[in-house]
Amino acid sequence: MNDKLSRRDFNKLLLTGVAGSALGLFGNSKSAFASTKRVVVIGGGFGGASAAKYLRKLDSSIQVTLVEPKAVYYTCPLSNWVLGGLKSMDDIAHTYAVLQSKYQVNIVADVVTEIDIAKNTVKLKSGKALPYDRLIVSPGIDFKWDFLEGYSETVANTQMPHAWQAGSQTILLHKQLLDMKDGGRVFICPPANPFRCPPGPYERASLIAAYLKANKPLSKVIIFDAKDKFSKQGLFKKGWERLYPGMIEWRSNVMGGKITKVDAGTMTVTTEFGVEKGDVINLIPAQRAGKIAVDASLTDATGWCPINPVSFESTLHPGIHVIGDASAAGAMPKSGFAASSQGKVAAAAIVRLFQGKVPAAPSLVNTCYSLLAENYGISVAGVYKLAAEGIVEIKDAGGITPIDADDNHLAQEAMFAQGWYQNISLDTWG
Amino acid sequence: MAVKQEIRLTVCALFFTVISAGGSMLPADCSASSRSSRQAPVIQSESSPRGQILSLSCASCHGTDGKSVGIIPSINSFSAEYIETALKGFKTGARPSTVMSRHAKGYTDDELKLIAEYFGTVSPNTK
Repeated sequence: MNDKLSRRDFNKLLLTGVAGSALGLFGNSKSAFASTKRVVVIGGGFGGASAAKYLRKLDSSIQVTLVEPKAVYYTCPLSNWVLGGLKSMDDIAHTYAVLQSKYQVNIVADVVTEIDIAKNTVKLKSGKALPYDRLIVSPGIDFKWDFLEGYSETVANTQMPHAWQAGSQTILLHKQLLDMKDGGRVFICPPANPFRCPPGPYERASLIAAYLKANKPLSKVIIFDAKDKFSKQGLFKKGWERLYPGMIEWRSNVMGGKITKVDAGTMTVTTEFGVEKGDVINLIPAQRAGKIAVDASLTDATGWCPINPVSFESTLHPGIHVIGDASAAGAMPKSGFAASSQGKVAAAAIVRLFQGKVPAAPSLVNTCYSLLAENYGISVAGVYKLAAEGIVEIKDAGGITPIDADDNHLAQEAMFAQGWYQNISLDTWG
Repeated sequence: MAVKQEIRLTVCALFFTVISAGGSMLPADCSASSRSSRQAPVIQSESSPRGQILSLSCASCHGTDGKSVGIIPSINSFSAEYIETALKGFKTGARPSTVMSRHAKGYTDDELKLIAEYFGTVSPNTK
């Protein structure tokens, strides 16, 4: 009975999703029968840059324009390695030169001010307008600056950096760590789910502890968590006991981790258990889809963008695909790897839609490596497919590094983390 | 498992239905694109869009077209048979790995074969 119900729902999804999107395309004379195949991509991170490159790679007759205001893009992956002193900012910097020269992606360094959905046009701050036949929106995350009493964008840019978008924020947090006295207390305050890079705060705690252990051994890292469990928790806790005994303290939401207020003047956080003073406070705020997605009404009540899981086409506005952290991609985490995987699925889908064909069923993958020390790496992997309820993780696959992995295994994963970064960087921007 | 198989079959059946319906609806599109562009589009693995979509994710770790620059092995210079055997070995655990067995278990044997065929033919010059 359940099977029948499930299949019926699934068929419904396919009919409304796949066929619906195809019918939507066929019904839209502008994009189905136009002689032009113009795609504008908003955002040059892992999602947008991958989508732009693969569109050109899979079908060189498609004109692709990538709009990204930053000339240099700093990745969140490995930015924790910078905080730990293992990498420099230059090591995580990427430009759009190769996308332009090798793949003939038209790079426009500008800010999108408006998506004119009725006219299939993107308006830019410079006053220019870019017409499109299909649009890819990959704006990443934006922060809910008013999510907590005492917190604001100004506070983030001065006393309490989030460093959850890499660049000046990473530099600010790194400087605070370098300036901190020995015996200081570093607070890391991760938000509730969902948020960008679920294991990120805990890798950050590890690598900051690595720096402190070597340079300021009397110091401590305290994690005030808005959650009661976190990604790769067993592996992190085991690693912390082995590598940094007594240096990292994790407070779950119910055990004093929940922050109700911050005060930038006194550098304190208030929890249900009292007021705590920190020397460095890394507050990672609650998040939602990037601003342009909100402005264009691509988000729903959750703050993220609902999509058709076959093509990542918005269920709210046909012809616009949303990928990466901004999308509500079912079981997939918000990660650079996931964004890249989604960018390719969207690119392949758009190629086929321009050809008047139905996109292939999506196959999506994620792997997140986390470093606990230079030669101590762990990972979580997931393989995803389309099911009745959307994008689901394939049960028998994926998972985390074995809890009893030996030192050789952990050292190999640390090397693979670096190898992964080299390859995904080239796969995205090179 | 039986349910999963049924669902997969349903997907294929539906896709074929929609594809054939879509194809018959689009003669105008085909002629329009051939008129507008003399340049033949470069489509990899046109014969197997499923193989392509399964394989694109691999590049995130193994490099574009399977060509790696770092410690992770390149997968663009092996025969399809070799890759298929390796992937199936990862899936069963016969071939030791850190993360590959976790990935390989996410695919049916037929899907692993499609991936192997993709990387076995994606870069013939390097063979």
